[in-house]
Amino acid sequence: MSEPYDLIVVGGGNAALCAAIEGAEKGCSVLLLESAPKVYRGGNSRHTRNFRCMHQGPLSVLTGSYTEDEYFDDLMRVVNGKTDRHLARMCIRESEKCLPWMEAHGVRFQPSLSGTLSLSRTNAFFLGGGKALVNAYYRTAENLGVTVLYDAEVTHIHLDGNRVTGVDVRSKGETATLQARAFVLASGGFQGDIDWLCRAWGPSARNFLIRGTPYNRGVVLRDMLDQGAESVGDPTQCHAVAIDGRAPKFDGGIVTRLDCVPFSIVVNNQGARFYDEGEDVWPKRYAIWGRLVAAQPEQVGYSIIDSQSLELFMPSVFPPIKADTIKDLARRLGLPGETLKATVDSFNAACPTDPDGSFHPTELDGLATEGLDPPKTNWARPITQPPFYGYSLRPGVTFTYLGLKVDETARVYGADGPFANLWAAGEIMAGSILGQGYLAGFGMTIGTVFGRIAGQEAASHVA
Amino acid sequence: MSLDTPILTEAARQVDICNACRYCEGYCSVFPAMFKERTFASGDITQLANLCHNCRGCYYACQYVEPHEFALNLPAALAEARQESWERFAWPRAAARVFHRSGVALAGALVVGIALLFWAAAALQPASGKGFYAVLSHTAMVAIFLPAFLLPLTAIGIGLTRYWAEVGGTRVTLAHLLEAGRSAASMRNLAGGQGQGCNFEDEDRFSNARRHAHQAVMWGFLLCFASTSSGTVLHYVFDMHAPYPLFSLPKLFGVPGGVLLTAGATGLIWLKLRADRGLGAPAVWGAEMIFVLLLGLTGFSGLALYAFTGTDAVPALLAIHLGAVLALFLSTPYSKMAHGFYRVAALIRDAQIKDRQTP
Repeated sequence: MSEPYDLIVVGGGNAALCAAIEGAEKGCSVLLLESAPKVYRGGNSRHTRNFRCMHQGPLSVLTGSYTEDEYFDDLMRVVNGKTDRHLARMCIRESEKCLPWMEAHGVRFQPSLSGTLSLSRTNAFFLGGGKALVNAYYRTAENLGVTVLYDAEVTHIHLDGNRVTGVDVRSKGETATLQARAFVLASGGFQGDIDWLCRAWGPSARNFLIRGTPYNRGVVLRDMLDQGAESVGDPTQCHAVAIDGRAPKFDGGIVTRLDCVPFSIVVNNQGARFYDEGEDVWPKRYAIWGRLVAAQPEQVGYSIIDSQSLELFMPSVFPPIKADTIKDLARRLGLPGETLKATVDSFNAACPTDPDGSFHPTELDGLATEGLDPPKTNWARPITQPPFYGYSLRPGVTFTYLGLKVDETARVYGADGPFANLWAAGEIMAGSILGQGYLAGFGMTIGTVFGRIAGQEAASHVA
Repeated sequence: MSLDTPILTEAARQVDICNACRYCEGYCSVFPAMFKERTFASGDITQLANLCHNCRGCYYACQYVEPHEFALNLPAALAEARQESWERFAWPRAAARVFHRSGVALAGALVVGIALLFWAAAALQPASGKGFYAVLSHTAMVAIFLPAFLLPLTAIGIGLTRYWAEVGGTRVTLAHLLEAGRSAASMRNLAGGQGQGCNFEDEDRFSNARRHAHQAVMWGFLLCFASTSSGTVLHYVFDMHAPYPLFSLPKLFGVPGGVLLTAGATGLIWLKLRADRGLGAPAVWGAEMIFVLLLGLTGFSGLALYAFTGTDAVPALLAIHLGAVLALFLSTPYSKMAHGFYRVAALIRDAQIKDRQTP
C-alpha cells in the first residue's frame, strides 16, 4: 500500500467509479478505496435501478424527448426552490452526454421495467439493476489499471492549508497513511450512522430504517466538516420514503417499497388518518411519505386496503396482514380496533356513493372524499370488500443531503476558498442540488455527472 | 406458504422477492414469465425452473445474495427445483435418482455398455460383412439399438406427459413449436438479453463461451443423430449399405457433428471446471460432468472409428463407440440428457403463456 498514486478516490459506488475511470483514462495511476467488502461494494448504487437523463430525441432505451427545461421544472417542484440553479442546470445538461459514456464503459440499459411505464421517457433502467452497473464499472476500472482495495475505510483526510496531503486508511485492523497528488471524495452520506441521525432528528431517528448500504457512515464527511470544509444542506433533509415496517434495519432496498398508499387509507398507531393518500400519482408522491410517517408517533403508519385493491400495485417482499373484519385486522396490526373501525367507517361514508366506473388506478381520477379531514382527493373508493389487508410503514432513509459544498468543477471548498487538489462527487455533495425532496433516478445523475467531472479535473491537475 | 416440496417452497420464497424487485427483467425469459404472476404454485415454479438456462446473470446482478439476510441465489434454487422435477417425472423414478446423483453409476453404465458390445462382437461374430459390419452384423446392431432407442423414448414420453400436466400445458400449435425451436436453436436464453452472453466462467464477466459450447454440443448431437438416421434410411429404403464414402449423407452429417460434439463437450467441461458450483445443483455436479464426458466420448470415438477405418483398431473402437452410444441412450431419461426434452417443453409452454397474454 506504499506506492504513490496520482489519484486516490475515496468510495466505491457509482460516483467514485466514474471518477476513477475518467482519471485512469486520462493517464493517472488511480487507487480506489472501498470501505465495504467486495460482496457489498458499490454503496447505494448497488440498489439503484435507473438514471434520469435529459434527451432531445429518442436516446438508447429512452422514448420521446426530455428537455432541460422540463427536467429542471420537475426538479424545482420536488426541491421547492431549494437548489443551486446553476449547478442543477449544468448537471441536467451533462446527463445527456453521460448516457452514451455509460454504455461505452460497460453499462447496459433495458426498457422500462414492468410496472414502471410512467418512467420510460425520463429514466433509463440498468439491465440487471445498479449492482450490474457497479460490476461493469469495476471491470472497466480494473481493465484500465485502477487499483481497488476493499474493506478499506478512510478515517481521516490530512490537510495542509488548501491542499490534501494524504488519507488515513484502516484495513484489516491496521491504519496507514496513503499519499497522492489529487483526491476525490465520493463516500456517500451519513445515514448509516444512526447516532448522527439522532443528533439531527432527535431520538425518533432510532425508528428509521436505512434502505441502502450500512457502510455510508459519513466518516469522511464528518472529518472534513470538523476541519472547516464548507457544507451545504440541512442534516434533517434526506431522500426518505415509506417502506414496509418489517424491512431489515439496513439494505432492504427496492423490494421493501410499498406502492399501496394511493389505494389505501394510511393511519397512525392511534388509528387516525393524517394526510391525503390520493394527492397525486405515486411516482410523484412516494418521496414525501418517509417524512410524513417520521412525524407520526413511534414513526409508524399503517396502510389499509380491501380485497378490491390488492392487485392494483406492485407486489412487495412481505405479504400483507390479512383479516376478515376491520376490527380483527386492527388486532393483528396492534391498532385500537374501535378507532380504526370508526376511521374506516367515516372514510367510507365520505367516499362518493357510486364510484364504479369512475375509479382509474393509473391516472388522477378525481374520485375525492367529501367533508373529510384530511381529504383523500383521488381513488377514494370505500374499503368494504373483505378480506382486509394492512401493511405497516416506516421511514426508510436512502441518503442524507448534508454535504460538502462544491462548484461546477466539483471542487470542494474550505473556509478560505477552494481546495487545490480535492474534488467531491455523489451523495457526499448531492445536497448542493437537492435541498429537499427527491426526483427518481436523479441521485445517479448527480453521481455520474460530478464523478466524471471530478475525475477529469483531478487528472488535469495531476498532468 | 408451503408448496409440495421444501425445494419448491424455497424457490417460491426467492421468486416472491424477485417479483418485488424486477431489475433482472431483461436477462432471459424467466423473469417476464414470473412477473405475470403474483403468487406461485408448484407447477409455476416447475415451469420457471425448467425455463431457466442457468446463465447466472441474475445472481451476479443481485443485491440480495448472501450474506444478505434475503439470501437469494435464484440460479441455484431453480437448478435444485429443476433437478427435483426431473427425478419426480422420470419413469421409473428410482433409475433417475441413481443416474442423476451418481457419476459413478453413469460411468458404470458406460463400462457395462462397452463390455456388452465387446461381448456381442465376440459372441455374435458375423460370418461376413464389410467395414464395421465385419465386427458386428447389422442385424445384431439393430437387435441391440432398436430397444435401446425406443425404451428411453417411451420413458421420456411418460416424463414429459407428467411435466405437461404439472405446469398446466394446453394444446400445442405449430406457432408454439416454432417459437420454442427458434429459442433453442439460437440459445436465446444464454444470450443475456442483449447478446452479451452469460456470467459463468469468470464471475460477473459476460461471455458467450458457454452459449457457443452448448450450441456446438446441441448441433453436434443433432448432426450425429441425423447421420445415423440417414444411414438407416439409406440402408432400408435405398439398400445402400455402410461403409459410406465421405460424400454421403451419413458422413456429411456425422463428421462435422462429431467434431462439434467433441469440441463443444470439451469446452463445456473447461467452463464447468471454472464456474461456481454453488450456483447450480451441487449434488449432481459429478454426474453432470460424467454426462458431458460421455457426450464428448461418443463424438470423439465416432470420429476415431472413421479415422482408423480398415485398421486393427476398428473392433475395439467400435465397441467403445457403440458402448458409449448405448449408455447415452439408455440413461437418457435419467441423466442430464433429459434436460433437453424438458427445456424444449418449457419453451413451448412459455410460448403458450406469451401467446395467451398477447391481445
